[in-house]
Amino acid sequence: MSPDNQNTIAYTTTYKFHGGIHPEEHKTLSNQTPIIDLPAPPIVVLPLNQHSGAQSLPCVAVGDSVVTGQKIAEAKGNRSAHVHASASGTVVAIENRVIAHPSGQSDLCIVIETQDNNKQHFLPPINNPFTTSKQSLLDRIFESGIVGLGGAAFPSHIKLMPDVDRLIINAAECEPYITCDDRLMQDEAPQLIQAFELLRHIVSAKECIIGIEDNKPEAIAQLTSAIETSGLTTINICIVPTKYPSGGEKQLIELITGQQVPKGQLTTSLGLVMHNVATAFAIFEAVTLGKPLIDRVTTVTGLGCERRGNYRIRLGTPLQWILEQLGVPAEQKFTTIMGGPMMGFKVPNTAASVVKSTNCLIVAEPDELNEPSTALPCIRCGECADVCPANLLPQQLYWFARSDEFEKAENYNLFDCIECGACAYVCPSEIPLVHYYRYAKNEIVLRAKEKQQAAKARERFEFREFRLKREKAERAEKHRKAAEARKKAAEAKGQTNEKKATIAEAVARAKARKQKKQDDQSS
Amino acid sequence: MMLSSSPYKKSSHSVSQLMQLVIFATIPGAIALFYFFGWGVWFNLIVCCSVAYASEWLIVKLRNRDPKKVLSDYSALLTAVLLALALPPLAPWWVATIGTLFAIVFAKHLYGGLGYNPFNPAMTGYVLLLISFPMAMTTWLPPQSIAAQAPDFISSLQLFFSGSDSQGNTLNYYTLNADGFTMATPLDEIKTSFSMGYVFDEIKNKPIFGDWQNVGWQWVNLAFLAGGLFLIVKKAISWHIPVSFLAAIYITSFLAHGYDPQLNPAPMIHLLSGATMLGAFFIATDPVSATTTNKGRIIFGAAIGFIVVMIRNYGGYPDAIAFAVLIMNMAAPLIDHYTQPKVYGSQELK
Ligand code: SF4
Ligand code: SF4
Repeated sequence: MSPDNQNTIAYTTTYKFHGGIHPEEHKTLSNQTPIIDLPAPPIVVLPLNQHSGAQSLPCVAVGDSVVTGQKIAEAKGNRSAHVHASASGTVVAIENRVIAHPSGQSDLCIVIETQDNNKQHFLPPINNPFTTSKQSLLDRIFESGIVGLGGAAFPSHIKLMPDVDRLIINAAECEPYITCDDRLMQDEAPQLIQAFELLRHIVSAKECIIGIEDNKPEAIAQLTSAIETSGLTTINICIVPTKYPSGGEKQLIELITGQQVPKGQLTTSLGLVMHNVATAFAIFEAVTLGKPLIDRVTTVTGLGCERRGNYRIRLGTPLQWILEQLGVPAEQKFTTIMGGPMMGFKVPNTAASVVKSTNCLIVAEPDELNEPSTALPCIRCGECADVCPANLLPQQLYWFARSDEFEKAENYNLFDCIECGACAYVCPSEIPLVHYYRYAKNEIVLRAKEKQQAAKARERFEFREFRLKREKAERAEKHRKAAEARKKAAEAKGQTNEKKATIAEAVARAKARKQKKQDDQSS
Repeated sequence: MMLSSSPYKKSSHSVSQLMQLVIFATIPGAIALFYFFGWGVWFNLIVCCSVAYASEWLIVKLRNRDPKKVLSDYSALLTAVLLALALPPLAPWWVATIGTLFAIVFAKHLYGGLGYNPFNPAMTGYVLLLISFPMAMTTWLPPQSIAAQAPDFISSLQLFFSGSDSQGNTLNYYTLNADGFTMATPLDEIKTSFSMGYVFDEIKNKPIFGDWQNVGWQWVNLAFLAGGLFLIVKKAISWHIPVSFLAAIYITSFLAHGYDPQLNPAPMIHLLSGATMLGAFFIATDPVSATTTNKGRIIFGAAIGFIVVMIRNYGGYPDAIAFAVLIMNMAAPLIDHYTQPKVYGSQELK
């Protein structure tokens, strides 16, 4: 292969995005060894809400025996996702269990005690996907319970519905520590290229561009040679500089195309759709092997864990069990972070399990991560604004969020904040800025809901008032009418008497006159 | 419960590190002041810093906060250092004391402390002093290289604390030159000479202006410039304010000088005299009281530069950094409001 040839496949972008930071990468902690399969744990705890959208509904009962790959919970509506048994065994509980959430809250889970893991139930492979209809492929993806594995967990079949000009594969993996996509690209490059081509075919895109940070030379080399051997001319690699958050959807689009997704619109308005490496791989397996989403590659790293690396872990595997398997002493108090250090969250309870969006677990030694310290006041240094990829003024947003001036926060575009944490990373006063933004967003959404409810309640109330009033008015009207009728009747009665009297009078007068006449005549 | 929120990684700059860096960067300027104007600068520094420390400790205690934590951010110390460097060396000790007290207690803590003060504390203290004690605030020693007699350490100490030294000489004695004339700063000299009817060409020949710009003062300014550049390189301050500030000084004075060269000093005099460089890199850049958007900072700096030259050339005060900074402090929120950056994705909408 000539260097020229290589250059046409992989090129370096000339575009930039605003702001960004260069945190220490810590990637070599975990990307040095190939992906290892973890066995099935004794129990798996599968939350029914591993995706954005409505919680799925269990379709098995306690006591049922299930096999790996069997659907155990149905998507509730089209914007939800199925859940499949990640191991064979018996359903021992369908109940609230601790889930991976910053608050340590519980949610409905299906618990399977695993036995006999050789059994599995996959869907029939689709052997010629390129001649299969788009709808059948989307159905397969939906049936396989696939959601975005980069973190957002949005159901993939929906994202793949609209046809676009260009497919972008998000291989930037810009967060420190995380290397699951990097490792997947190194280990499975030829398969991945097929996967990307399949996705490109599904959305009828003319081309597919892989956006990858330049800190992954090994993955770039593997992909490049895989593209070459595949002979595909539809796939190119766009190398972007290593700068957090280049892997943000909007940032990567700007890096690759030089265009910004217009405010309030979807990427499809630029004729683009973006999918993550791991998601593409899962879709490929679902189509060609019939394998539903029952496991994923997760980076287990951090100085607290000796056997760092990337592991293929069954969904629902309890974190505690993983740590035990990897030799993390149970008695030691380590901080466990799910996700990366920039956007992830501290797991308060390791009884929680791996879910579809778990891309990384950091087992941190006491000094490895910054624990919250007491923040100083904002000194308005503006460093946060300099690094904000959304080009916001984080210091002003903070000010408004803190003082509950939500309307102003919205006017300063709070909802364009992608919660990347770059601002808090550089803040010399160490203010947990993102926390304030989440709080403000929550409050605003809550208040809007309340307002809506209040408006509805008011409407109901007003209608009731109106009805009561109307009824009252109707009653009053009725009474009035009745009274009137009575009066009329009474009057009518009066009138008749009067008439009679008048008539009698007249008769009397006439009689008198007659009498008088007769008297006159007779005289 | 301790608040736990991503990100779990932080860059290394903390507020106290920033403040320390800025204090550190004033060292060349302080040394230059010492070299040309004697011991007074150290006395001022010592008094201002101790008063700042003590008064902040007290007021934080009164406000029921933890003084250790508040004092460890070094912001009071920086305020003290900047005020000390702006004071005339050998101004009486109580000048430094009153100025610092006012800066820390009124300009800073009565507004709510660090981060809440709308005015630059050091400059608020400075302006209070300038208005209350105009004599003490404008009596500068001449640069030692052209002074007829310079006070030694003991004399300086005596002058600083009691107003006269053991030989009975007051500060005024030391401001005389060999011919028995009072010497002043270059900017003072210009102001008074203009009012006496001299033109710029004549004024330029006075000894204070030397062969190349302003004796002593140019080195003081260059030293502060060096410290300021260090801060920019270290990313402790952004370039926007100093650059627009100096550019505005240069352009405004260039135009004024071009319009009437005999009545308006040349740009280089403006750039290298008085508190120009101290103001550009250390004072106008105080983030709390300045604008916070980058576009806003360019406007803010340029406006200060413009006002400085206008006051120097046409106003009643020889130097004007403090006034200009305070005026623009007032305008900062407004500038911020009108210089919001364009949010991602909003460009295409227009
Ligand atoms: S980085 Fe922190 S201290 Fe600086 S302006 Fe932003 S929020 Fe304020
Ligand atoms: S978290 Fe929001 S405000 Fe902060 S840098 Fe990211 S996008 Fe900007």
